[in-house]
Amino acid sequence: MRLQILDNGHGFGTKALFAIIRTVSRQPVLDVVKLVKYRSDFYGGPMSRVTEEAMRGPSTWSVGDRELMAAFIAKTNQCEFCIKAHSAVAQAAYYRDGKELPDLSPDFDKDAVEEPLRATLLMLGKLTREHVVNADDMRAVLAAGATRQQIEDALAICFSFNVIGRLADAFGFFVPGPDAFEAGAKYLLARGYR
Amino acid sequence: MSDIRQARAALVQRILEGAGKASPSERRAAFDNSGLAEPLSALADKVARRACWITDEDINAARGAGLSEDEIFEIVVCAAVGQATRQYDAALAALGTALGKE
Repeated sequence: MRLQILDNGHGFGTKALFAIIRTVSRQPVLDVVKLVKYRSDFYGGPMSRVTEEAMRGPSTWSVGDRELMAAFIAKTNQCEFCIKAHSAVAQAAYYRDGKELPDLSPDFDKDAVEEPLRATLLMLGKLTREHVVNADDMRAVLAAGATRQQIEDALAICFSFNVIGRLADAFGFFVPGPDAFEAGAKYLLARGYR
Repeated sequence: MSDIRQARAALVQRILEGAGKASPSERRAAFDNSGLAEPLSALADKVARRACWITDEDINAARGAGLSEDEIFEIVVCAAVGQATRQYDAALAALGTALGKE
């Protein structure tokens, strides 16, 4: 973490909470948690309300599909922390639903994903990479069977993860081993982003 | 259906207009990726356009210019939310156009 305040500038209560997390999960506290808990009235609190609504609010996209979108956006942004974090949640969510996680690496096998998720991912990829999409890009997603609401729901996820991925890279989140992400995935699947 | 409009508006209002260590005009400039002086201008632009290439040097340059860690924290958050907002608004406009002409 490039800013010391994000590593250890938290208040006493938050530090105590981190100690509990470390004891219960037997894993280090993920840097994303340290970020949202630092001066949480500025960023963490308001942002968590956006992300919770996008990732766990009512939507016809499953939680697994939404986590897959998050992982795909992270992959487009080349954000290692977020790729690992959200691939782990997507995998756990799909497993819970009796489905298999589509292969995201090394080259995303887009044909292995059903429509309209496939066309939606392609559009989110372009938006993330090029910062803009046009009406023809949207017509392609609509033609693939996505509803207006599904596209808006996907854009909400895109907003959240284009914020979070940038912060992970800018602040230099430490990328821990798979066990830490697995513990994080369990938490996010059970409790969400609040 | 999920609706982030209110929560997103509250987030943007908080980071730009609420209490902070960086001035409201600096936070707004970071959000807009426009009108900051160097080296903050370079940092905000990197956050917006190629965040995965940010290095320790970029953050240290902001420190060297006399910014506190809290100020850097706020500037980076504003730059990230600003870029994601521009993407989101552009995509919603494109969707509106696509639906309007169907």
